[in-house]
Amino acid sequence: MAIVNPVTATSSVAADVSLPLVEVHDLRKNYQLGETEVHALRGVSVRIKPGDFVAIMGASGSGKSTFMNILGCLDKPTSGRYLLEGTDVAALSKKELARIRNQKIGFVFQGFNLLGRTTALENTELPMLYSRTNKNDRERRAREALAQVGLADRADHFPSQLSGGQQQRVAVARALVNQPRMLLADEPTGNLDSRTSVEVMEIFQKLNTDGLTIILVTHEPDIAQFAKREIVFRDGQIKRDDVVEAPHVAGEVLKTMPTVED
Amino acid sequence: MDLSSAFVLALRALGRNKMRSILTMLGLIIGVGAVIAVIGIGEGAATKAQEQLAALGSNMLFVGSGSVNRYGLHVGSFQTKTLVLADARAIVRECPSVSATAPGTGTGQQVVYGNENWATQITGTEPQYFAVRNWPFASGTSFSDDDVTQAATVAVLGDTVRKYLFGSRNPIGETIRIGTLPFKVVGVLTPKGTSPGSGQDQDDVIIAPLTTVQKKLLGQEWLRWIMVSAVSRQASYIAQQQIESLLRDRHKIRSGDPDDFVVRNMADMADAAAEQGTVMTVLLTIVASIALLVGGIGIMNIMLVSVTERTREIGIRMAVGATEEDVRLQFLIEALVLGLIGGTIGIVFGVTSSLAVSQGLGWPIRIPLYAIALATIFAMAIALFFGFYPARRASQLNPIEALRYE
Repeated sequence: MAIVNPVTATSSVAADVSLPLVEVHDLRKNYQLGETEVHALRGVSVRIKPGDFVAIMGASGSGKSTFMNILGCLDKPTSGRYLLEGTDVAALSKKELARIRNQKIGFVFQGFNLLGRTTALENTELPMLYSRTNKNDRERRAREALAQVGLADRADHFPSQLSGGQQQRVAVARALVNQPRMLLADEPTGNLDSRTSVEVMEIFQKLNTDGLTIILVTHEPDIAQFAKREIVFRDGQIKRDDVVEAPHVAGEVLKTMPTVED
Repeated sequence: MDLSSAFVLALRALGRNKMRSILTMLGLIIGVGAVIAVIGIGEGAATKAQEQLAALGSNMLFVGSGSVNRYGLHVGSFQTKTLVLADARAIVRECPSVSATAPGTGTGQQVVYGNENWATQITGTEPQYFAVRNWPFASGTSFSDDDVTQAATVAVLGDTVRKYLFGSRNPIGETIRIGTLPFKVVGVLTPKGTSPGSGQDQDDVIIAPLTTVQKKLLGQEWLRWIMVSAVSRQASYIAQQQIESLLRDRHKIRSGDPDDFVVRNMADMADAAAEQGTVMTVLLTIVASIALLVGGIGIMNIMLVSVTERTREIGIRMAVGATEEDVRLQFLIEALVLGLIGGTIGIVFGVTSSLAVSQGLGWPIRIPLYAIALATIFAMAIALFFGFYPARRASQLNPIEALRYE
């Protein structure tokens, strides 16, 4: 499975590992929830360098989802700075944010979020619909991305005809298809059984080895052990930020697990 | 997102909910169909009325002998005996806006040919009558001025009379009996249809020389009417005034006393008929437009439901890079496609239903191209107008909330 990754393949900026891919400084986010003001993020500062694989942990309400939404350019911080490849995202318009989501970020969600009654191929083509890629390139690249996640033979299946693990792999293919700078995964294994979860982590590790930066939100400590770095949120702040000593290798773990009838 | 992808997407989205899409379009289908049918029927009626009036001659005036007021009792028209041949000659001589006149009288008579008989109207007039009324011959010719002078017993048949007396046989040269007198048939007129004013069958008539009818059938010297041809349609109003003052003068009517004749102007009748048609068309168009409007509201309603249902889809699209414009475009085009398909079906429906009406009720139908263009543009404009709000609402969704929507 050959994976072409833009981070390693292209710019000199990416090659300079000293320049962080993501740099946030004193990030704060307040919500007005009825009468009370909720402080979802209370001063978060972190740098993520290209090629990193970060697991973000924390109880619900700890601010990790808010943090992910801001990283994914789906939300804007109340205050603080967010530099993505050196660009201040806070200054960008909605349209420019949409373009960044389209070009630089790939999303994988807990609930897969595939379009129903739409084939795996067309689901994978979706981001290219908004980058004005012509029809032939769309199909070719979508097929390549599906091959990357091992679903070349399921291109014409509908989500309802695929297992949970396969659906999540289609979602990963969709996230990869525009060759993003980073993959943001929000509880990607939350709806999957343990073996399928590890299979998805195997794909993530492979992509990461090829140079793709991955940021993964999870509440399962086992899953976090597949990452290189672990950041724990509590009450809107970073409580802990550690390098994972000897991360688990998904390929090895799979060998120890019982195979299920597919 | 490019337009062709947006169209494909829209067709697919509508195809997923076929029943709903069809029901959504139904309002537009009925609206567009109604507009087309109404315009078709209205235009058809107007055209027919205009044709009938043109056949009558729109620059024609009709001078009739007036009603008589005896001891306060009005007795119907054609009763005065003051309208005479000299009046007809004076009108053409002294009124500059008049180009020709045809004096005439008439009587109802039983007509017999062989075993067939038929009760019809006998009109006595002069040969120029056919030119004034713009009435061509189907076969044979008119009687001549000499026939008028000599009170010859010759006759020209209207198409209805020919049909009843002769069927498929050729009547030229045959002899028919009018009352007790034998007449030789010299000509047959082309069918003219019913009169736009009274609805009478104009072809149920026999036309004979004026003198023959006056002396041999009626025994009267006076005229019942004079057909007048003005030099142009515009001139017909002036001609009317000229005739009225001339006849009042000739009949020695003192100022203040009522006319002993009536002058009717075909241009007036044409205008009245046209105006009636216009009012009718406007009213029906308003009704049809309301149907279209209701159709548009139906589109908005369903589009709003659709946006709510597809909140998560919108969230996904935004997460992978759809801009507000992309989302708005997607839903606008969906509305537009609804309008386009609904409009097309509506046109087919409108055309077939008007054809059915014309077949079933025998109404004339004319569907002008502008009606189809108008209906199409209207349907799409309504779809866009009512699709805009739902599309905007979709584009304004917050992607985070949309993704979380169950």
